[in-house]
Amino acid sequence: MVKNVLQYLELNEKENPDKILFSEEDKNITYKDFVYNAKTIGSNINRKLNMTNKSIVIFMEKSIECLVAMMGTVYSGNFYTIIDTKSPRERIKNICDKLEPEMIIVDRKNHEKIKGYTELKNTQLYEELKIGKIEKERLNQIRRTMIDTDLIYVLFTSGSTGKPKGIAVSHRSVISYISSVVEIFNFDKNTVFGNQTPFYFSMSVLDIFSTIMVGASLNIIPKRYFSFPIRLLEYLNKYKINTIYWVPSALCIVANLKALDEVKPKTLTKILFAGEIMPVKQLNEWRKNVKALYANLYGPTEVTDICTYYILDREFKENESIPIGKACDNCNVLILNNDGDLSTKGELCVRGSFLASGYYKDKEKTKKAFVQNPLNKNYPEKIYKTGDIVKINENGEIIYMCRKDFQIKHMGYRIELGEIEKNVNAIKEILLGICVYDEIKSKIILFYQSQQLEKHELYKKLKEKLLPYMIPNEIIKLENIPYNQNGKVDRKLLKNNFMEGVY
Amino acid sequence: MEKLVEILKKYNPDVDYYTNEHIIDEEALDSFDIISLVADIDREFDVEITAKDIIPENFNSAKKIYELIERLS
Repeated sequence: MVKNVLQYLELNEKENPDKILFSEEDKNITYKDFVYNAKTIGSNINRKLNMTNKSIVIFMEKSIECLVAMMGTVYSGNFYTIIDTKSPRERIKNICDKLEPEMIIVDRKNHEKIKGYTELKNTQLYEELKIGKIEKERLNQIRRTMIDTDLIYVLFTSGSTGKPKGIAVSHRSVISYISSVVEIFNFDKNTVFGNQTPFYFSMSVLDIFSTIMVGASLNIIPKRYFSFPIRLLEYLNKYKINTIYWVPSALCIVANLKALDEVKPKTLTKILFAGEIMPVKQLNEWRKNVKALYANLYGPTEVTDICTYYILDREFKENESIPIGKACDNCNVLILNNDGDLSTKGELCVRGSFLASGYYKDKEKTKKAFVQNPLNKNYPEKIYKTGDIVKINENGEIIYMCRKDFQIKHMGYRIELGEIEKNVNAIKEILLGICVYDEIKSKIILFYQSQQLEKHELYKKLKEKLLPYMIPNEIIKLENIPYNQNGKVDRKLLKNNFMEGVY
Repeated sequence: MEKLVEILKKYNPDVDYYTNEHIIDEEALDSFDIISLVADIDREFDVEITAKDIIPENFNSAKKIYELIERLS
């Protein structure tokens, strides 16, 4: 019986101890060494804390070592949260306030950044935690007492109030989700993932845990390669990467610069994408140059990663949308209208064991999003309301239409424009700041009114306050912000004017 | 050159572009920044920077970028 993701890891370690599990450029680690290091860290954590099912924060560079710390935490019987080392102080503080972690694992490089937080009682250096003895009996004891509904991680998205929401996910959800996705896409021992997405982002769950489950290999592609498309394609060839699961923006960079005319990927056979809408023009550029399986995946972090998928089986014109397809095996989706009845257009809701356990320490938000299935009057059964509006097309495929509320998807991240506005309006010199999103150009546009503050000064301030991907792509200073007849800011007009090039 | 530095400042105002010769190595520009930067340069200088030119060696300093622009125009 599999109740813990580490069982897959150990199974594959036994079978292929000397196989490369994770790599990054020319650095790599075998299954055997990885398990050894993770067990050492797990033993040390548990010796220090002597408790399980507690929160541990990992504040490390995206690296092989970070993966060791993640699985080390799981060995210790606790659950991890990865915090982006480039996060602004406020976000780090908000996340730690919510989690009240028992321990923070930090690497030497980032130790300074976290030092100022006096409230963080237990900071451990990764480099020190890695040294020591494996305590077999202790680890066995932890495994015996743990069950599959215990948490494996908590991932954070931004919340509408500015306070980040922590999505708590159990071993059960990860095992169910990965079992399904591995079958759909036939991942196996020959799979070599080229990982793009950050480990604090739910898409990376597919890369990491599929690798562990089937005994594959994963190569962490350093972020800077995504600035240099030719180098990126050469990297894929050099390390014989055959499977990628990237955000559309990463695929678009390659397509827009016509890099595929210069370098042909020789080993790629599976190209998956999710996180935002994949534009057809760029997708066609890829399909023209690379014969591979292409699939559009869809899902929020609250269902572990994805709940629907569509494997491309026909040509698409530039004005068509690529479907998000149908539900994954062992997952079910419902399209509900405002009355809570099944419909061909409405809010997408998900049921099944992919569902997260809820929002960490947030009963209210959990109650709102994870609700009783309105179609089931007979026994308790939760569905997750995604807040995404979808419809069914004539082929019976699901098509994504828009967010129900004010959230946008930008570069694969879920962002609430209200959070950006809140931060802008918190700046003393700002009279008013309004954000709109141009879906066509994938740009966040910030309009603002101020007597003193110039664009570059505002930009600098925003860099201190916001996560990199939340920083507006265009900042426009206006003498007057337009209002509609109800006295509300006329966002539609602002957006239309921007798109028509008035500003 | 001033025009170029002005554009670069938009992406990261904290860098001294006249002296820094390791913009890329020091990760002063975010990975997605380069792509918008290329679009800005194309527009402002009326050049067309293609994938072949978008390699770290051409972007490590303002001087290097400027040389690239001169080569292309």
